[in-house]
Amino acid sequence: MNAGKVVLKLGNDISTDIIYPGRYMATVLPTETPKFAFADDAEFNRALNENKVPAGSFILAGLNFGCGSSREQAASCIKGYELTVIARNFARIFLQNSINVGLKMIICPDIEASEGDELEVRAGEVHNLTTGKSFAIQPLPKARQAIIDAGGLIPYVRKLLLDRAA
Amino acid sequence: MGMTYTQKLLARACGRDQVDVGDILELPVHLAMSHENAALVINQFNDIFTGTGTQPVVWDPERIAIIFDHRVPAESSKTATNQKKIREFVALQGIEKFHDVRGDEGGICHQILPENGYVRPGQIVVGSDSHTTTHGALGAFAFGIGATEMAAVWALGSLLNVEVPGSIKVVVKGQLSNGVYPKDLILKLIGLLSAEGANYKVIEFHGEAIRDMSTSGRLVLCNMAVEAGATAGVVPPDAETRRYLRDEAGVPGELDMFGPDPDARYERVVEINADELDPQIACPHTVDNVKSISQVKGKKLDQIVVGSCTNGRIDDIEIVARTLRGKHVAKGTRMLVFPASWRIYTEALKNGYITDMVLAGAVVCNPGCGPCLGVHQGALGDNETALATTNRNFKGRMGNPGAEVFLCSPAVAAASALSGVISDPREVH
Repeated sequence: MNAGKVVLKLGNDISTDIIYPGRYMATVLPTETPKFAFADDAEFNRALNENKVPAGSFILAGLNFGCGSSREQAASCIKGYELTVIARNFARIFLQNSINVGLKMIICPDIEASEGDELEVRAGEVHNLTTGKSFAIQPLPKARQAIIDAGGLIPYVRKLLLDRAA
Repeated sequence: MGMTYTQKLLARACGRDQVDVGDILELPVHLAMSHENAALVINQFNDIFTGTGTQPVVWDPERIAIIFDHRVPAESSKTATNQKKIREFVALQGIEKFHDVRGDEGGICHQILPENGYVRPGQIVVGSDSHTTTHGALGAFAFGIGATEMAAVWALGSLLNVEVPGSIKVVVKGQLSNGVYPKDLILKLIGLLSAEGANYKVIEFHGEAIRDMSTSGRLVLCNMAVEAGATAGVVPPDAETRRYLRDEAGVPGELDMFGPDPDARYERVVEINADELDPQIACPHTVDNVKSISQVKGKKLDQIVVGSCTNGRIDDIEIVARTLRGKHVAKGTRMLVFPASWRIYTEALKNGYITDMVLAGAVVCNPGCGPCLGVHQGALGDNETALATTNRNFKGRMGNPGAEVFLCSPAVAAASALSGVISDPREVH
């Protein structure tokens, strides 16, 4: 799949208030939300806005990433920079939103990596090229795979509507 | 094999005799609720129809509800423009369950749905808001979804690829003692389960303390089930559900009432003894960082907030008004009160509660989400401390990542308002 650096390492229970603070919720369009990604982390937000974070880089988190609000901006704002989120696990609504909007995310329960490490994703594993260790990827819920394969929920439902009308 | 309440509900909704945990279903939706984020739902909904040669028309305007609550009245031109777009869409699609910024019909979505009788036992309710779990208090399978998922529901009338969740049975024995409330019970449970302990599961509430609890209290429990990661919380409907829907929500006629099978299989059973519970406080910056009040008593407070979809109902307001009546909010502490709906506000006016609170120094604001998520009013200053009856205390939640938020019951909020520090309501006379 892809390779890149860990550009941000986070702990457990990272809420959508941290990913996309509530005060920016009146901004809804996926074209506009990336500006406010991690807005309360001034340094990382600036790096994103100044295009200093290459597409394909990784955000690494612990348990329950994306807990809290259902705001889809939390997924679309990361998607805007084409980053991949690797976490030990994800909160339900965030996981669903990510699949729906096409944000790349990987469930990797045993992942060990530090900020700056080079990672590569291939054949069901995350390889930490810096430490030489590999970690198994947990497949996404099978109920969601068809949506991922279609490239997101909008194209999936569009096709379904046409099929059902035919 | 026996089914949990949720399995049984899903089987009935899909016209099947049996569903098992892990089965993948297409679920018919009885009610689809959105608030101001309908602005994004509309955008995604229109996008679905792009290039199909079909006009974007919702599947059933009767089954869609839209309530303005997050930023009312609009705090910015951007919000006002979003609300304007939504009003135009509502008119175009003929959506009648629309609650605008109005004193005769407005309020927080999770209060508007119950009090207007929009939710019934056995229904499947989705909302583009994580606290949609609230409506499990009336025996619905109710949960939060994102805006694009909601756009798909508007187009199809169903939810695709839903995996039947397992359930955690929570049995609450005994009775809550004086000064202890449903909020204390749910905070205790979240502390026990952790913020991700119920991820992808339903919390099904049982036991004597639940049977004795009013719908208002059950709404508090189910509202915060999501803070343990639960997909939904649910109280199997009973005589109290029937009473609430008939007497308070004006729902005539028979209801589809059923319970779980006696031999239902639960993934976990948690027992709590209500008699032993004391007031609980969720400390910064996670909702599962729960402590007994004795461990945090005396913490100095800059702001106290009463309200939200968790604890802004008439019984909550009544506790606060009675505690404050004839007394004063401590100097140096601000107290803000946001009733959950205008119906509640009006009742509080009639009962003199608003006067009691205002004369004591509280600022009573218009119904809405208010400061809960830091987008409208009542933001915190740097290094300030707030105590709130709301549902989340994440870093930055009340508009300032440099502030701290503690969560509590309305009784703790009221007692603490008089002293200006976190106080035990059982010690206030």
